[in-house]
Amino acid sequence: MDIDVKKVAMLARIRLTDSEADELGPQLGGILGYIEKLSEVNTEGVAPTAHPHDAAMPLRANVVTNSNRRDALQAIAPRVESGLYVVPKVIE
Amino acid sequence: MSWEVVIGLEVHVQINTATKAFCGCSTEFGSEPNTQTCPVCLGMPGQLPVLNGEAAEKTILTGLAINADINLESKFDRKNYFYPDLPKGYQISQFAVPLVENGYLDIPVKDGGEKRIGITRIHMEEDAGKSMHEGLDGVSHIDLNRSGVPLMEIVSEPDMRSADEAIAYLKQLHQLIVFLDVSGANMEMGQFRCDANVSVHQPGTPFGTRAELKNLNSFRFIKQAIEYEVNRQIELIEDGGEVVQETRLFDSAKGESRPMRSKEEAHDYRYFPEPDLPPLRVTQQQVDAIRDGMPELPGQLRHRFETEYGLSSYDADVLTQTRALADWYESLVAAHPADPKRCANWLANELLGRLKELGKEIEHSPVSAQRLAGMLDRIADNTISGKIAKDVLDAMLESDDDADAIIEAKGLKQVSDSGAIDAIIEAVMAANPDQLAGYRAGKDKLMGFFVGQVMKASKGQANPAMVNQRLQVLLKG
Repeated sequence: MDIDVKKVAMLARIRLTDSEADELGPQLGGILGYIEKLSEVNTEGVAPTAHPHDAAMPLRANVVTNSNRRDALQAIAPRVESGLYVVPKVIE
Repeated sequence: MSWEVVIGLEVHVQINTATKAFCGCSTEFGSEPNTQTCPVCLGMPGQLPVLNGEAAEKTILTGLAINADINLESKFDRKNYFYPDLPKGYQISQFAVPLVENGYLDIPVKDGGEKRIGITRIHMEEDAGKSMHEGLDGVSHIDLNRSGVPLMEIVSEPDMRSADEAIAYLKQLHQLIVFLDVSGANMEMGQFRCDANVSVHQPGTPFGTRAELKNLNSFRFIKQAIEYEVNRQIELIEDGGEVVQETRLFDSAKGESRPMRSKEEAHDYRYFPEPDLPPLRVTQQQVDAIRDGMPELPGQLRHRFETEYGLSSYDADVLTQTRALADWYESLVAAHPADPKRCANWLANELLGRLKELGKEIEHSPVSAQRLAGMLDRIADNTISGKIAKDVLDAMLESDDDADAIIEAKGLKQVSDSGAIDAIIEAVMAANPDQLAGYRAGKDKLMGFFVGQVMKASKGQANPAMVNQRLQVLLKG
């Protein structure tokens, strides 16, 4: 199976050299080709599996359970200023 | 050439739950940045989301109010994209099977009729954080308090044919959301946000390529942005160009839009089922219980005001703009049950206008429904005329006194004593011999002159009906 490795890498924000892309292309294609075998199974009348566990979703009560832990949570941030995370400029 | 405009709207509504969609963080607006976050809404590895049950209930309630189908089993998916205000690198949303499908809203149209606008779906999702760029050099600042706040996205069919229809739909939807109390729906605070898909085509041909307008946070800007986009597309096509599918950002200061994302990064969200969340299952009994708890909707309320209180459709419309106003009107009627129409006139025409000048909503009216009813009682028993009552209302807005105290203190009581009125009339007749002679010679129109003079001489306090009646008698001589 042929896939556009460069596009997939771009969408995933992974930088690939041309030789890496050349090497990964056939590998990823092989994996997808293997999965593709599933399409040979006749699934007519079978409901799509939304989740491997046949469990309904537990729901949470609408009650505040978390308090302010900003200092602890921001301790691992590369850069913080006045309580705000600082990132490279993102607007066009 | 005649062009037909085609508009579909996507509205993001922040659900007014106390906590976020998938964690127990507070959703309170305006707190110190990043003080309402936890490992779940910060996207830390290994954390698991658990859905807020009330957010689901409010989405179902909204679905029922637009006559939609509720899917008893719905699913969550990941919408993948990179942006610093989205710490997980994906947004949890509903793509394949949303909670709500196939609804509609009837909107008023120009000729007085109604038009049905289809609503394709309402799905649940989570909000992103907030990024700030202004005044910063080479960096952006990120506040994640909003990250994970529950949203419902309400997606319409491309059923609107003008900017006016789009606005009518949005206003109707906004009013419904407010009545259901499922969102604060404050547009300036970003609780009710609209994206518009706009295209033009020749009637009878397939729809044209659409552009998506983003960031429309007031009804006025939405109208401007749509009208600008329609003109842009028509000019482009008539000049031999082609509309490209793109996202455009409206600049309200300049009144124009520009493309937002470059073409290479065209949407490719690679949706896939959210493995951290099993399907959301609700029972028909739960849905029925939510339906039973549905408050009276704006349309039902308007209709009830017309039939129960005999209001005109205009007054019924004005008084049902918000639940608070409708409730206020009903407390006024409860306190002055003799005349619901008088209640409507004094509330809609007099009090609301004065509150607007004061910049106040009805909830913060300095005059309570009880106090206003006290004044209406004095109009009903002829203690004061409607004209004097306006002065009394002005005085009530400036003090805590009730109508009786103001009427007493200012000596505004209406004069209904025929002896006193006759005395005034006789004085007026004596002061205007020429007009009196004219009237007696057949100039009936001078009646109005005498009414005016008598009311003026009584400082507006003479009972107008009695003045008319006594003048008829005394002028004849």
